[in-house]
Amino acid sequence: MILDIGFETMPREDLEAIVLRRLKATIDHVYANVPFYRKKFEENHITPNDIKSLEDLKQIPFTTKKDLRDNYPFGMFAVPMDNVVRIHASSGTTGKPTVVGYTARDINTWAELMARALAAGGATRGDIIHNAYGYGLFTGGLGVHYGAEKLGASVIPVSGGNTKRQIIIMKDFGPTILTATPSYTLHLAEVAEEMGVSFRDLKFKFGIFGAEPWSENMRQEIEQKLNIIAVDIYGLSEIMGPGVAIECHEAKKGLHIFEDHFIPEIIDPGTGEVLPYGETGELVFTTITKEAFPLIRYRTRDITSLNPEPCICGRTHIRMNRVSGRTDDMLIIRGVNVFPSQIESVLMGINEVEPHYQLIVDRKDKLDTLTVLVEVEERLFSDEVKVLQNLERKVSKNIKEYLGVSAKVKLVEPKAIARSQGKAVRVIDNRKI
Amino acid sequence: MRAEQISVFLENKAGRLAEVAAILAEADVNIRALALADTSDFGVLRLITNDNQKAMQALKNRGFTVSKTDVVAVEVEDKPGGLNRILDILHQAEINVEYMYAFVQHNGKNAVMIFRIDAIDEAIKLLQKNNITVIEGSQVYTM
Ligand SMILES: [Zn+2]
Repeated sequence: MILDIGFETMPREDLEAIVLRRLKATIDHVYANVPFYRKKFEENHITPNDIKSLEDLKQIPFTTKKDLRDNYPFGMFAVPMDNVVRIHASSGTTGKPTVVGYTARDINTWAELMARALAAGGATRGDIIHNAYGYGLFTGGLGVHYGAEKLGASVIPVSGGNTKRQIIIMKDFGPTILTATPSYTLHLAEVAEEMGVSFRDLKFKFGIFGAEPWSENMRQEIEQKLNIIAVDIYGLSEIMGPGVAIECHEAKKGLHIFEDHFIPEIIDPGTGEVLPYGETGELVFTTITKEAFPLIRYRTRDITSLNPEPCICGRTHIRMNRVSGRTDDMLIIRGVNVFPSQIESVLMGINEVEPHYQLIVDRKDKLDTLTVLVEVEERLFSDEVKVLQNLERKVSKNIKEYLGVSAKVKLVEPKAIARSQGKAVRVIDNRKI
Repeated sequence: MRAEQISVFLENKAGRLAEVAAILAEADVNIRALALADTSDFGVLRLITNDNQKAMQALKNRGFTVSKTDVVAVEVEDKPGGLNRILDILHQAEINVEYMYAFVQHNGKNAVMIFRIDAIDEAIKLLQKNNITVIEGSQVYTM
C-alpha cells in the first residue's frame, strides 16, 4: 500500500522543485545555526546564495563521521537544546559514539516516513507488528515503534534478546509483521525449531529487515524458513534512523529513497567524484527537512548504486540497490578488495550453508592471511572426517575462484562465533598497520 | 542387526572432550564405546551409549552439533588374524569400510569392533554367512 500517494508518486519534475526549495532552506538553516558548516562554507568561499540548482550541491564539501566525532556531543545540532526532544547515539566501535538530536517536528517526520516504509513492506493498520529491533540509544526500536503507531497498527515493543520469550509471544499474540535484523531473524528461526515451534503455524505475512548488510540468499532463506515475504529497509541514525529507504513488497528489487526528505548521491570513495546512476560507490545523503540535526553531503560509508528506472509499485522515488558492503568493512587483503558480503554469497552457494561465519585477518611475516570460520550446523555435519575436510576445501576453493584471495577455512562449533545484540561479529582484523 | 552410533562435532581445543563426558555423566548416560577422529582443527567424536536418544538431546541442548549413524557391531576372535579375516571378507566383496573402532567391553571371550560401512545390509548378510557374529543393537547398548 502507498501511504502518501501525493509525495510517493509525485511526478519527478514536481518532486525536484520541492527538493530544491527544501535544500535551499536547509543550507540557510545550517549556515545560520551550525558553526561547523558556516566555517566550512567560508573556507570554500561558498555562500547559501551560490546554491541555485540541485547540481550546485556538488560544490559543497562532504561531511564525514570524523566531523561528527570532532563535534561530539552536540556541536552539530542546529537548534537550541530547548527545542530538542530526543537524543539517540550509535555505538562507537572505535572511539566516541555519534550523537544525534530530534525536534518534535523531526520525530513526527520520522514517524511518518517509517509509517510509509511499513506500508511499503506490506503492513496495514490492521496488523500486529512484532518489533524485535533493540530499544534504547539505537534508533531501530523506537524508529519502527513510532512508525507503527503512526500507521495505526498494533506494535509489540519486544525489543531484542530473550529469544524464547519472543517465540512464546509470537505463538500467543499472533503478530503478522516481523521487524528485526536479518541475523537475529535467523536466530529466531533456530530457537523456534529447537522449541518445536513451526513458523508455518504462526501468522506472519511480511518481515521488514535491516540495520545490517544482508544478501539475496539470506532473503530466500528467511522467506522459506519463516514462510513470509521479506523486504529490506535502510536507515542510519545520522540521517534519521530506519525509514530512509524501503523496498516495496511488490517489486522487492531495490529500496525507494524518500527523496522528498533526503537527496542521495553515489561517489567514488577514493576521489569523491559523483558517479552516474547505475555505478557502484559510496552512498552520500543530504537531509532537506530536518531541524535539529541536518547533514549536508554526509558520507554513509555504505556501498551501493542508484536505479532511476520506474517501479511497478507506482512510486516515483529513486531506488538504491541492496547495500553490498561498507567502505570501512572493505578489507584489502594482499591488494585484493574483499567485502564480507562476498564471502557470505560464496558460503550460501555451497550446500546452502547458513551464513554464520567470521573473517579473521592476520599479518604474518609481512603477509596478510585470511581465515574464514564457519559454524558447523546439523545440515553440514557428517560423521566422516573426509566429508568435513572436503567442505573446507570447497569453501576455500570457491573463495579463491570468486574473490581471488586465498583463505584458510576453519570449521567451528555452533555458536562459537560471537554475536553482539543479534548481529554476528563478521570481521576481526588483527593486523597492526 | 544394525547398531546406532552418535557423532559429535568438536573443535580441536582443550577440554571439549571432557565437556562431552561431563554432559553425558550429568544426563546419567553411560558410554559403551568411543572413538575420536581428528584433524589439526576439528574432530568427530563417535559414541555408542546405553541411551543414544537421551545422549543426543543432552548434547544438543548444550549447543553441540550431533548426528546419528547406523553401524555394525561384530565379534572379533581375540587371537592373531581375527580382525584380518573380517576385513578380508569385506574386501573380497568390495565393501568399503569408512572407519572402525573397538568396543570397551568384551563379549565373553571375544572383542567387539564397530564398523562404519555404507553398504551396511549387504555387509551384515555377508558376515553372517561367514559365521561371524553380528551383535544386535539392543544388546550392544547394554553390554
Ligand atoms: Zn516499488
